[in-house]
Amino acid sequence: MPNFDAILIDGLIYASWLFLVAAGLTVIYGVMRILNMAHGSFYALGAYTAASMLGWYYAGGSDSSVLLAFLLLIGCAVLVGLVAGLLIERGLLRFMYGRDEILMLIVTYATLLILEDVIKLVWGVNPYFAFQPYVALGRMDLGVLTVARYDLMLVGLAALVGGGLWYWLERTKTGKILRSIIHDREVSAAMGVNVKLMFTITFIVGASLGALAGAFTAPAISVVPGIGIEVIIIAFAVVVIGGLGSISGALVGALIVGLTRAAAVHTVPHLELFIIYAVMAAVLLVRPHGLFGQPVARKI
Amino acid sequence: MTALTHTSQRLRRGLVSAAGAIALTGAGLMGGLSTATAEETYRIGIVTFLSGPASGPFGVPAANAARLLVDELNAGNVPAPYDTVGMNGVRIQAVLIDEAGGPSQQVEEYRNLVQRQNVDAVIGYISSGDCLAIAPVAEDLETITVMFDCGTSRLFLENPDSRYVFRTGLDAAADNIAAVHYMKERHPDARRIAGIQQNYAWGTDSWNDFTAALEQIMPETEIVESQMPRLFQGSYGTEISVLQTRRPDIIHSSFWGGDMEAFVLQANARGLLQNATALLTTGESGLDRFNGQAPNGTILGGRGPFGAFAPENELNNWFTEAYRERFEMNPTYPSTKMAQAIFGLKHAIEKAANGASGKPDKDAVADAFRGATFESPSGTVEMSRAGGHQAMQSVAYGEYHYENGEARLENVISYRGECITPPDGVAALDWIADGMPDAECD
Repeated sequence: MPNFDAILIDGLIYASWLFLVAAGLTVIYGVMRILNMAHGSFYALGAYTAASMLGWYYAGGSDSSVLLAFLLLIGCAVLVGLVAGLLIERGLLRFMYGRDEILMLIVTYATLLILEDVIKLVWGVNPYFAFQPYVALGRMDLGVLTVARYDLMLVGLAALVGGGLWYWLERTKTGKILRSIIHDREVSAAMGVNVKLMFTITFIVGASLGALAGAFTAPAISVVPGIGIEVIIIAFAVVVIGGLGSISGALVGALIVGLTRAAAVHTVPHLELFIIYAVMAAVLLVRPHGLFGQPVARKI
Repeated sequence: MTALTHTSQRLRRGLVSAAGAIALTGAGLMGGLSTATAEETYRIGIVTFLSGPASGPFGVPAANAARLLVDELNAGNVPAPYDTVGMNGVRIQAVLIDEAGGPSQQVEEYRNLVQRQNVDAVIGYISSGDCLAIAPVAEDLETITVMFDCGTSRLFLENPDSRYVFRTGLDAAADNIAAVHYMKERHPDARRIAGIQQNYAWGTDSWNDFTAALEQIMPETEIVESQMPRLFQGSYGTEISVLQTRRPDIIHSSFWGGDMEAFVLQANARGLLQNATALLTTGESGLDRFNGQAPNGTILGGRGPFGAFAPENELNNWFTEAYRERFEMNPTYPSTKMAQAIFGLKHAIEKAANGASGKPDKDAVADAFRGATFESPSGTVEMSRAGGHQAMQSVAYGEYHYENGEARLENVISYRGECITPPDGVAALDWIADGMPDAECD
């Protein structure tokens, strides 16, 4: 008999992580129409930077504050988003704007490959193990399970990121400008919107979100080469289910994948690999543009 | 390990392979030879993971051992019985190749090594998929090839007439049979057994070997859960929840590298490993990396008498010291296994030369290697299985103990090769299912 409480708890925790990973990807696609494969690299750069900084921070002594460690993780994400996001957007992508989406996909995929090797050059191939914040928060009993408080904190962080994105897009002036760009890029430019600047801001925000997911995942895992590529596949599944470019779609996609996967692991674990992509296929059969995606007329 | 043809490796193989081969061939040349090419050399292709998730825990420690030994053998610094320079007085030239990319690419790389780079021998392969793909090609190209790490039981079952292929590493079935013996000695009251393996051939084979051995050696036990998460998944929250609800006494895992470290960290943080003991068949590679995140008493294996399980002897003391001095870390089991392969080849070459100078003929080397007994940092190695092509050695397990910032192994028990290795020509699972007849255990 499956334990529904355990499935719900595990599904929510996993969905939160998925949403953190997918949020930046969908923000960039929504505004810029770029399927950013390099998002996996931002995740990996965030994780490696965080692991290095935590290693440095905790080398100072055992009385190190976990709150400061979390601030350090946020700082790492912002730093990676600013530096890597700005470099890639200004140094590469801006020359490609207006080109076919497939070309952008290939360009960002090439960027992913290059950054994978850059990461290897900088951090080497040995795994990084920066566990202190994960352990520091301890654990608590929740129904039939004992869960790590750090994992529960990620649920809160995902809610914060989701809420923050909603507020940014729906309640701020920048958000309104971005929505006008999403609606019609050319008319927005004609009305005086600095589209290039908005693109740069969006890309940095998206990159920072990817790095944030990596930075907050780092303490719970062993950071190894290739994590960026591993994560981009599952992130794509989430945003495709929800509809490319939709924040609420990413949220619903993450919840569907998270809960379905948790149910599979608890009941038929050998189907776990298959189930996520089965759900994706089923959703796309019924709604080819994802749950919240809008059909777009194709120019020929 | 078995085939690691995951998406990233397939997608990246062009770039990584080219860059890896060029850059690391350079590194190999720097380490192995900086002298004029006119000098006769013994060229060895060294193939191991230099990129991807298997590189950190396995590939790089093995490549480090190869670099160290090539330099030290060329300098004549290695103690007896390997105190002659290079291979029978001929300096060694190493060509390092990245194993990433999967079996098809490795076959191409192998042909390139033999036909263009004109290597005299190849030592390599962590992935069992690569071993299985390379073995018939090595026979076609008649090149001495030493598999140093891959564990598949099928290597010589599928290539029974091998002449040039040898394996100085052990068959993986032995790891899991020894694991059950260890459980029976150290945890005789264990009844509820669970497993978590990476979802690919290495994980499923390990679990099949382990459960089959369990049925024979500890039939009173019950399998309460088997989880097979995706390779390199990294987060195991849901799997840990399932294991918590099943309340196992022992959790068997063949996880390796970052996946193993992440699982141990997450399971321990959630209290799972306070109630259940983890049995990690490749755990030795994490001995110096867990930093106390694995509870004391966690059972670690090293896939043979390698790494921290290697015995006290002059060769091992020298190797450990030289490795520490050069790389500022302890050698782990892949390092010892690479050293074992190089020493095995050196032994065969010098035995084949029989006092004559220069490089002996490859057929003479193959004849000398077959059934050889040679010394290694792990002790005496007997090539006594698969018609003299497969090494047989003991497998040891021990318990992790962390105190005052230092990790060590306690309660180490070693199981003789004759106790845990199937006879020639018999598939491991068949032998286990038959009750492991003629096993010579102490």
